[in-house]
Amino acid sequence: MNEILEILSENAKATPSEIAALLGRSEADVAREISELEDAGVIKKYITLINWEKLDNSVVFAVLELKVALQRKTGYDAVAERIARFSEVESVRLISGDHDLSVTVRGKSMKDIAYFVAEKIAPLEGVQSTCTHFILKNYKEHGVILTEKPKPKRLVVTP
Amino acid sequence: MRQSLKNLPAWNADAHLSHVVKSMPPSGIRKFFDLVSEMDGAISLGVGEPDFVTPWHVREACIYSLESGNTHYTSNRGMPELRDAICDQVRRDLKLDYNPAKEILITTGVSEAVDLAFRATLNPGDEAIVPEPCYVAYAPDIVLAGGVPRMVPTRLEDEFRLRPEEVAKAVTENTKAVLLSYPNNPTGAIMTRADLEDLADVVVENDLLVISDEVYAKLSYSVSHVSFAQLEGMKDRTLILNGLSKSHAMTGWRIGYAMGDSALVGAMTKVHQYTMLCAPTMAQVAALEAMQKGNEEMLRMRHEYDLRRRLFVSGLNRIGLDCFEPRGAFYAFPSIQRWGLSSEEFAQRLLLEQKVAVVPGNVFGQSGEGFLRCSYATSREELIEALDRMENFISGL
Ligand SMILES: Cc1ncc(COP(=O)(O)O)c(C=O)c1O
Repeated sequence: MNEILEILSENAKATPSEIAALLGRSEADVAREISELEDAGVIKKYITLINWEKLDNSVVFAVLELKVALQRKTGYDAVAERIARFSEVESVRLISGDHDLSVTVRGKSMKDIAYFVAEKIAPLEGVQSTCTHFILKNYKEHGVILTEKPKPKRLVVTP
Repeated sequence: MRQSLKNLPAWNADAHLSHVVKSMPPSGIRKFFDLVSEMDGAISLGVGEPDFVTPWHVREACIYSLESGNTHYTSNRGMPELRDAICDQVRRDLKLDYNPAKEILITTGVSEAVDLAFRATLNPGDEAIVPEPCYVAYAPDIVLAGGVPRMVPTRLEDEFRLRPEEVAKAVTENTKAVLLSYPNNPTGAIMTRADLEDLADVVVENDLLVISDEVYAKLSYSVSHVSFAQLEGMKDRTLILNGLSKSHAMTGWRIGYAMGDSALVGAMTKVHQYTMLCAPTMAQVAALEAMQKGNEEMLRMRHEYDLRRRLFVSGLNRIGLDCFEPRGAFYAFPSIQRWGLSSEEFAQRLLLEQKVAVVPGNVFGQSGEGFLRCSYATSREELIEALDRMENFISGL
């Protein structure tokens, strides 16, 4: 992978000057490459990984598995893009296996999400069936273990 | 109680200690260890081991093996599968063939391999040449084996590579071996193929055994490690010592190995069988997993060290702590000579005034005086914070 992307994918806050120091390149050079990556749409957005379970105000997530009728000409794209437009929807993926689309939905409560699925997703033309899985606990997200214990200690000075 | 056993003078344990052990100097880092341990909020660049925890797949393999009841001794030389796996890797990395049945011994860390190497080869009064600055165990191990360490200096102007003239100067009729330790702790120096070739002449001329501690071999940056054993005709007289402590973040497991001529390794195995019997079985199982499936994780950790190396070394040079480019291990060895303080004074004041712990270079031998060993096996955030604090310290000097 591109070394700059690798660093940014781990830490969106890494500045061009920090990245330059890590890679032994000039800051201007790194800044230019980042803006090229942004312009090309390779870098889409800089986001923050939040451990929602540490907060009391509830956020609920669910994974929907959808069976979708394949459309002439547009395949799955038309339905998938339609679903993607709802602001409740966090991700839409075409997957192999028993189902066709895997959709992550975010809401304030389970009821909220259940209604959203019943009212907006299930009735969509082309959606043949839905199966809603509520997420009960998050163990790992974006490569980060959320339930990690504190790091074991090393001796402070060793030869 | 018998009358004669009453009113005895107090037991004097000291009188019962060996002279050799009594005259061994205490470790130079002890003082710093105590100081740092008592200090809140100190950043330690004094740690000579990876900050990574052993990769999960390795720990998991060990747990599974323990659950299956794999708790017995292994053969003295170590598990045959592990010896095979290491020989395979050495064949890939160094293009050298070693017989897993006779030419390798699995040890309890490289530490044991170093000890065995000297014990198996030195007669009383035999000398072994050791380039300084270096890891702290070599000289005491030589003394314990009845030998005499002959320390030779390496210098900043040579980027701490060993000069053949220095070896030649130190050779006497009692010289038996020369120890090489590259990539080097504490300097981060490496020896290129050309550097080693220059050395080979002196080695052959004086018929020396080469004991090569290559525990940092995998941690070489933008160069591939070259072993003295790879030089034409040098394999037989070279004993390679290596292990998984640094490369695979496995310091606490205590697995190392020695590789070389079957007579040499056989002699070491004799000592090992009476003193250690075998390396810990569960750790050997873990090492096997690391050898067979741990390459990706090893590369991932090395990549992270390399990023930190660039960040840290350029940072040191920026704040005025002049540092040559270390191309191996995870240490930077900046010079503090321009301030005229001793390494110990500098390190102690840096710790007390700015709470950054480094190891004074003289701990690793006289030629390390005027330098500091800074380990970059710590997080990027801590390295950046440490650089800030060091800059503050320097501006007050
Ligand atoms: C050069 C060198 N050799 C050997 C060792 C000891 O390694 P092990 O943990 O395998 O005994 C160290 C550890 O710091 C070292 O730096």
